Amino acid sequence: MSRFKGLDYYTPAKNKYQLLPFRFEHLSNNEVVLTNAVGEFTYLESSKLEHLVNHQLDPNDPDFQRLRSKHFIRMPEDQAAIDLLALKTRTQYRRLANFTNLHLFVVSLRCDHACQYCQVSRQSEDKEAFDMSVETADKALELVFHSPNPAIKIEFQGGEPLLNFDLVRHIIEKAEKRNLVEKRDLQFVVTTTLSLITTEILEYCRDHRIYLSSSLDGPKDLHNKNRPRPEKDSHKKFVDGLKLAREIVGFDSVSALMTTSPSSLGRVKDIVDEYLKYGFNSIFLRHLSPYGFALKTKSYQSYTVDKWLEFYREGLDYIIQLNKQGIHFSEQYSTIILSKMLSSDDPGFVDLMNPAGAGIAAIVFNYDGDVYASDESRMLHEMGDSTFRLGNVHTSSYEDIFLSDALLDTLENSFTSSVPMCSQCGFEKWCGADPVFHHAMYGDILGRKPESKFCKRTMGVTKHLLQIMRNDAEAKMIFMRWINRC
Amino acid sequence: MLKLSCKAVATYLPTGEKKLFSLSTRPNLPLVLRSQKGFLIQDPRVVPEGFIHYFSFSPEPPQLPDSVGYTLLDPEMRYLDDGDVVRVAQDGSIRVLFRSKSDHNSVLLTEQCNNYCLMCSQPPKRVNDDWIVDDVLELIPLIPRQTQSLGITGGEPTLFAEGLLEILRRAKSLLPRTAIHLLSNGRNFTDISFAQKYAAIGHPDLMVGIPIYSADPARHDYVVQALGAFDETIRGILNLKELSQKVEIRVVIHKQTYEGLPQLAEFIVRNLLFVDHVALMGLEMMGFTRANLDDLWIDPIEYKNHLSEAVRILNVYGIPVSIYNHPLCLINSDMEPFYKKSISDWKNEYAPECASCIRRNDCGGFFSSGIKFGYSKSITPFG
Repeated sequence: MSRFKGLDYYTPAKNKYQLLPFRFEHLSNNEVVLTNAVGEFTYLESSKLEHLVNHQLDPNDPDFQRLRSKHFIRMPEDQAAIDLLALKTRTQYRRLANFTNLHLFVVSLRCDHACQYCQVSRQSEDKEAFDMSVETADKALELVFHSPNPAIKIEFQGGEPLLNFDLVRHIIEKAEKRNLVEKRDLQFVVTTTLSLITTEILEYCRDHRIYLSSSLDGPKDLHNKNRPRPEKDSHKKFVDGLKLAREIVGFDSVSALMTTSPSSLGRVKDIVDEYLKYGFNSIFLRHLSPYGFALKTKSYQSYTVDKWLEFYREGLDYIIQLNKQGIHFSEQYSTIILSKMLSSDDPGFVDLMNPAGAGIAAIVFNYDGDVYASDESRMLHEMGDSTFRLGNVHTSSYEDIFLSDALLDTLENSFTSSVPMCSQCGFEKWCGADPVFHHAMYGDILGRKPESKFCKRTMGVTKHLLQIMRNDAEAKMIFMRWINRC
Repeated sequence: MLKLSCKAVATYLPTGEKKLFSLSTRPNLPLVLRSQKGFLIQDPRVVPEGFIHYFSFSPEPPQLPDSVGYTLLDPEMRYLDDGDVVRVAQDGSIRVLFRSKSDHNSVLLTEQCNNYCLMCSQPPKRVNDDWIVDDVLELIPLIPRQTQSLGITGGEPTLFAEGLLEILRRAKSLLPRTAIHLLSNGRNFTDISFAQKYAAIGHPDLMVGIPIYSADPARHDYVVQALGAFDETIRGILNLKELSQKVEIRVVIHKQTYEGLPQLAEFIVRNLLFVDHVALMGLEMMGFTRANLDDLWIDPIEYKNHLSEAVRILNVYGIPVSIYNHPLCLINSDMEPFYKKSISDWKNEYAPECASCIRRNDCGGFFSSGIKFGYSKSITPFG
């Protein structure tokens, strides 16, 4: 008789396990993916799902062990499973208590570009009409420092903010002075095409540690087509500006965003290559938004979600191939979703948060002093819909704005854990509420999910990522690298 | 392998049943310091006066006054050196408690344990050994203050909760620059009041190494032969980390644990991302391992890909990770950044196959027990 007991002795008794909260989604006829209360997932044969929920899963089955270790089921005496689920839930929501981080200042609506899909910009010389005033900026800055967040990011938007750079300097210097007392982690970003950049401006950016967020839509012909200037030189302007900005401000202080226009479809490899060529280590394969000129010029309707998903999948597969060849390059939209799938952290991406990021993650101060719940909200306003206008810096207090029904009702009513269909969705923990999008497209902040393009797109991306991780261990390891890149 | 305990050829201990001595080899030590030291005679012609005890390798005792004790040592103890600490008992049993030239000093606090691990290298005994705590309290003042690190092991050192806390307090006061590495199964830290007392000591450089053998509670409980151990260990770790204590996770790899390594790594990055270090360790052929060899032994070459996958996952999530107790030729080459020469110097050897290897100096080699009782057939000297 051995002093030691066998594995059997420690294996749980049959039918004694308890179900922890989980949801599931069919991947194929014979396979489901299960997600637990904090978004951990595991694949399971469809036939076993019924065994599982009927408490008939065999404790010796490796699936049983996996489900127990990943907190889908527990034995009645497993206390740690509950403690860990609670800890992971707290971790995912930890940013919420800090409240607003990102503060967008629309310092001018004027722009030197005439992009077909742009939401808001104006080709106008009338400085008075479309530039933010010093008084407005000062009032907005007061509201910024009302935020309890220890980290404050101020992002200058337009139009082209460099057309009102004097005001940008004014805001930055005033914020810096105020911060000597406030001691927040203060960051500045200027969103610019780089076409009007000068050495002097860049040296200013260097001295004040300002990041530059720019746009690159792809190779020269595509970029120039999407982003027309009268001189037909927006690509050259970008490339020259990028080089100069990297030399003066720093290589990593300039980033670029791309927008998928109808002309981009079928050219995703060219676009990725263009990013590679200019030394970027990631790309955001971003779909068009249904706002402003994109809607007016029918760009938004010019491709379907399926077409975009095709574009995205081809791009992602190409990027994975690059990584397998040793090129470290990531896709940012996937990375946001993968972070939620593969870690206990929530990246806090404004368009994919729950509760929605509107107001509580980001807030917009428009050139005229109007305050909006998000960048999309002010674009909606430009289209004549002021639902998400929360107030005006000249007439509203911080409390008026952040306790407004327009904001609070929106947040509460769009909380995905209680939204019809979202609350049952196996991917809910990886998704987010986008009330502004749904309001814009469907006239209410929820929409009907089977008709929602947001839902279709996110489901499509998520299922693709699940398939890749199911079949390709090397790709899964690449994904793990992406989400952990600093 | 160094013999850390043995019988003296003869011993004369005029006071008390047992005593701890800090050794000196320096005949010119100032007289005022000699009364605190035992003298290790290296040249029989040089026997300076004034030390409290004398250690000699000669067959005959040195000429000494009656009030002064002596111990005649087995030649196997020739490695003893200046600054070492030994315990001598009336019955002639000798134990080397501290070696000043070694980076691998550790003190065993108890042989009792509430786990009963299949591969325990130090099988637990149900004996009352609470006297050891007093021994260690006596040892700490004798340890040189410049000592880099000190391990505290068992058995399960937290079984004597108050004793352990007192030792840690004493170490903090008397050895403030010495890193302390405690080996525990973590279960007793489930008691939050104990964890709080432990944290309240505020030791500047204290880490506790806690084993987790599988992400599956049943398998972990089987390996440590204790029902419910996984649950307590995890809750203990959570308490420690909530109190900002340093925690290392230690995984011994063998036939019962190697397949689950990648899953365990995923469990750690998802649930315990805040731990300070993960050590993935080879099996030591000591104690219970030899009794359970059929259930435990697997050639490391067979699990090297499991090991690589686990290390890659932990590393990519930013958890410091190390591979301990493996010969260099049995791991994948991309694992070398994580490879540590980890086997304590006194039980570290190389196999005959290693004679021609050009990378011996990079390699941690084997446990002496491995050389004696069996090791991988896949050893391939680098050439």
